[in-house]
Amino acid sequence: MGEIGVYIHIPFCVKKCLYCDFNSFSGKEEYFEEYKNSIVKEIEKFETDRELTVKTIFIGGGTPSVMPAEFICDILNAVGNKFNADKNSEISIEVNPGTADFDKFKSYREMGINRISVGAQSLEDRLLKVLGRVHNSEQFFECAEWAKKAGFSNINFDLMFALPGQTLDEWKKTLSAAVKLNPSHLSLYSLIVEEETPFFEMFESGKLKSVSDDEDRAMYYWAREFLKDFGYFQYEISNFAKKGFECRHNITYWKRKEYLGFGLGACSFFSGKRFHNNYDLLEYIAGSWFGEEEDFSKNDAFSEFMFLGLRMNDGISLKEFYDYFGVELDSVFGNKVELLIEQKLLEEKSGRICLTRKGVDLSNAVFRELLL
Amino acid sequence: MSLERQSRIRNFSIIAHIDHGKSTLADRLIQKSGLLTEREMQEQVLDNMELERERGITIKAQAVRLIYKADDGEEYTLNLIDTPGHVDFNYEVSRSLAACDGAVLVVDAAQGVEAQTLANVYLALDNDLEVLPVINKIDLPSADPERVKQEIEDIIGLDAASAPLISAKADINIKEVFDRVIADIPAPSGDESAPLKALIFDSFYDAYKGVIVFMRVFDGSLKKGTKIRFMATGKEFEVVEAGVFGPGRFIPTEELLAGDVGYLTASIKNVSDTRIGDTITEVSRPAKEALPGYKKVNPMVYCGIFPSDGSKYQDLRDALEKLQLNDASLQFEAETSVALGFGFRCGFLGLLHLEIVQERLEREYNLDLVTTAPSVIYKIYLTNGEVMELSNPSDMPDLSVIAKMEEPVVKAEIILPSDYIGTVMELCQQRRGEYIGMEYLEETRAVVTYNLPLNEIIYDFFDVLKSRTRGYASFDYELIGYQESKLVKLDMMVNREVVDALSFIVHESSAVERGRKIAEKLKKEIPRHLFEIPIQAAIGNKIIARETVSAMRKDVLAKCYGGDITRKRKLLEKQKEGKKRMRQIGNVEVPQAAFMSVLKLDEE
Repeated sequence: MGEIGVYIHIPFCVKKCLYCDFNSFSGKEEYFEEYKNSIVKEIEKFETDRELTVKTIFIGGGTPSVMPAEFICDILNAVGNKFNADKNSEISIEVNPGTADFDKFKSYREMGINRISVGAQSLEDRLLKVLGRVHNSEQFFECAEWAKKAGFSNINFDLMFALPGQTLDEWKKTLSAAVKLNPSHLSLYSLIVEEETPFFEMFESGKLKSVSDDEDRAMYYWAREFLKDFGYFQYEISNFAKKGFECRHNITYWKRKEYLGFGLGACSFFSGKRFHNNYDLLEYIAGSWFGEEEDFSKNDAFSEFMFLGLRMNDGISLKEFYDYFGVELDSVFGNKVELLIEQKLLEEKSGRICLTRKGVDLSNAVFRELLL
Repeated sequence: MSLERQSRIRNFSIIAHIDHGKSTLADRLIQKSGLLTEREMQEQVLDNMELERERGITIKAQAVRLIYKADDGEEYTLNLIDTPGHVDFNYEVSRSLAACDGAVLVVDAAQGVEAQTLANVYLALDNDLEVLPVINKIDLPSADPERVKQEIEDIIGLDAASAPLISAKADINIKEVFDRVIADIPAPSGDESAPLKALIFDSFYDAYKGVIVFMRVFDGSLKKGTKIRFMATGKEFEVVEAGVFGPGRFIPTEELLAGDVGYLTASIKNVSDTRIGDTITEVSRPAKEALPGYKKVNPMVYCGIFPSDGSKYQDLRDALEKLQLNDASLQFEAETSVALGFGFRCGFLGLLHLEIVQERLEREYNLDLVTTAPSVIYKIYLTNGEVMELSNPSDMPDLSVIAKMEEPVVKAEIILPSDYIGTVMELCQQRRGEYIGMEYLEETRAVVTYNLPLNEIIYDFFDVLKSRTRGYASFDYELIGYQESKLVKLDMMVNREVVDALSFIVHESSAVERGRKIAEKLKKEIPRHLFEIPIQAAIGNKIIARETVSAMRKDVLAKCYGGDITRKRKLLEKQKEGKKRMRQIGNVEVPQAAFMSVLKLDEE
């Protein structure tokens, strides 16, 4: 018995964005079908003696929308055949405005997908070019329109801020325009320059200049206040939603609940183990799905519970901790939590411990303290 | 008889500017000559060598004996003595040269005469050596031996008309070098029957035999059982073994006679008993006076050396003790720093000596070190009439009990192309130099002499000099005494706590500037913390410079989903590990690099 989330990974993209360090690549259209067949087989062959109900499905990438819709449908069917379905399950798909069209949205709707996540990133064409995105702002507005017209009421826009050369005013303009479209959910990500991306080299060489931490925070604080006025609640460091539209699939991760990942390099946390699939496309297609187990100690598990749970505005509760591990939080972390409360990085409200506003900005410092 | 024997000995060095081919030529000479005499081969020296090998003794490549059969049919013994190449060791270089009768000057056929060529030639001429120019690398396409010959004549004033044109690398004309060494370098002419006089030019410690002394016998003789006395230290020993430098091995011999270069052992436990430049004589029949040129070398520069990992303190002590066995000029004593923990206060001949020791500790003993700013020895005259010597800024007494302070001054000679005279004089002025004089060696080359406070040259003077003259200047200095000076102790404070390891003594006039630069450096090196960190430079209670490391505003991962968790955990762990390696000052974490960065202040 058990409830799980299912993640489906589609690694293909029209073009890899300059900041992207995900498990994805451009081209390889010739492998779409074989890849889909391999995923379907992986799902079919999955074995467990537990009875599992899928509460959420998230089709991410890469860019799932580069694939023909019927391939997505085949994969969803495989999931449906393998596991118990839940009538109220949340089924999300990521789309890139450059690769979607109205017909695709209609198909998505028909196959039971009920949540669309649009990778908008910015509504300024200049910044979209800097990011190396394939779409422009006009395509985004079109895409948002189609999604609604196809009947989707749960729509997320991914937006990025603290982009090189971005001003606070530009950010305000972008977010205001996005909010006008009345999405149910917004993910606002401060740019992370990851190593081994073209962006990293461009920042290192001085070709791109990062906005200062002060500007970054100004954009973040402004967004937080602005969204509040439009009825969006922040429920995680980067995520905002109207009441009842929080992404349940992602909450699975932050609550350290179980999920199964299918597809190239997809990660799973299941029956007390973390593991990921093979990262090699051809090997994956050939049926060598499994990659390796990711070891963690008991102490790592405690720390993960904290640094995942504390990402959410509600944080973690002492009771949840006890229910999860069977030990008291204090007996594991000693006075660490207390010290962080003293430093005003954490706060305790009615049995729950969460990051303060300052603690959100410095969350890595908090999480490092909570490593055991 | 004695002179007849010595007529088949030549004692010489090879001198050169760096990269002009000194070691290639040395290797070639070794390869082209015999390493054993015919007699030694018959006497089964090889057996002895086998024994030596079992005992794990290998020769230090400071000297080697070559056997060369010349065209006249005679077998010559050529002793090639190596010289260290650093300004800090000029004394050692000059003693090595003093053990020779001549020097082969190697000049690159393309590069021509360069700064070090000149400096080395002067050292050789100071020791009355016959200098034999050799033009190397003539096989290079850019070789221009005629121009280089002209340069040698114009700049150095040596007759280069018949200098051998060779390529040590391509094995061209090496025979000519042998022939010229035999023809031009004078044979020794010591008196075998006179009282013993031998010059120590190197020594090192061997675990089995004790100190092995390298020397040149000028007069008299010694053999196993000879009771000897080191004239400067007065220590007396009985020779256990004497011999010559064979091919990578010591070859014991019956006796060493006037004109010979060789070694002796005498159950000597301490390298400092066998000082370089000292004269060995016989106890029963001592020489009237020692050979000239000996001086006792004392450390001129001190700094603190700390293990970056505090638990390696004992390892550091062991390593220093081992290095000291072969480096009598290295001194050290335990020191404790609030910021850096347990370590050692170490004394060196100069900055390069310091760097060499530091590098050997790190490379050969695998230690990770933090060193503090080098300091010279100041003389502090206290109001109660006492005089103290201060080599560690942390020991500086309160200003109220100091009557006056004195600092060491050196006479510095800088040989440089005349184009750079302006910029170098400017540099010396900035470093509180007192202009003594300037002399043109030839049209485009001059020697500039300044008196400079030693503490102005121990930081980065040599680096700056090199960069301002594109590496063309050579530089030498000697201590000439102490002078009164307005010195102050500059303290650096991080988050209002004095960091003892960063304190140093500086002239009043440059205190503000230096304090400001160090504060700026520290600001760059100290990572942002959750709180604001003031960095201040202070003299006593007076703050003379201030920088602020502003509080961290943002340290957050925007994304953390199902595929990121293990990776993010490892990233956090790595960051945490990095913090552990930092030094804790109050509640501020300071990276090790911060302590080192203040040692390398950019000049402008």
